[in-house]
Amino acid sequence: MFSYNTNAGECPAFCFLKMRDSSSTETNVRVVYLARLREAFASAGETLDVAADTSVGALLDRLRGRGGAFAVELAPGRAYRVAVNHVLSGPETIVRAGDEVAVFPPVTGG
Amino acid sequence: MPVRIQTADFDIASEVAALRAADARVGAVASFIGTVRDVNDDAAIRKLTLEHYPGMTEKALEAIVAEAKARFPIYDALVVHRVGELKPQDQIVLVVVTSAHRADAFDACRFLMDYLKTRAPFWKKEATPQGERWVEARASDDEAAARW
Repeated sequence: MFSYNTNAGECPAFCFLKMRDSSSTETNVRVVYLARLREAFASAGETLDVAADTSVGALLDRLRGRGGAFAVELAPGRAYRVAVNHVLSGPETIVRAGDEVAVFPPVTGG
Repeated sequence: MPVRIQTADFDIASEVAALRAADARVGAVASFIGTVRDVNDDAAIRKLTLEHYPGMTEKALEAIVAEAKARFPIYDALVVHRVGELKPQDQIVLVVVTSAHRADAFDACRFLMDYLKTRAPFWKKEATPQGERWVEARASDDEAAARW
């Protein structure tokens, strides 16, 4: 979803985006959901096309925009963590092609 | 290998023996075992399922062990954490620390557990008579880790 590879002739807005991103095109990232969030989203993960230089915050905004469990679980004030390539990361972290972004609840091991 | 994640049970005696076998400098061994309780938040626990994030969990535990070795004058440390389905009274986690003197071993052992509880990606799901539920993170665990 959110791919820019649709019919370019249909939409001036699309053309603008295409031009803006022409130097770096889009990026494939693997998103992984764990534990309670995997069950809430009914998904263990997915591959998303995102614009190059997308931040974790922007990626989360996009997931929230789906509504439903994504909007509820990722709402401001809800407790969850994000790791990019296995390192805990904040909203400003930039995701790059091939990165693995994990979204999970606060940990409860030990 | 200072860190292991496994479904199988562990034996503290053989783990301690292996950790200190080749190191005659060791004068203190501190250990901690976490086990499954049969009650939590007023509900009977029939089963506990431990989940982790393969790849990240190993790295997180190794980072915690490295941090303990940087903070305390210890010789070695071991963390073994089980995943999968566990029953009440089963062993969940083992931490062993060796050092010259007891205070450092005690401190590092406690530090390792406090950091593991808040930084290592594991999640517990409890089976109770009312159904299954994910264990919620506790503020007291964050406070314990913040002391260090």
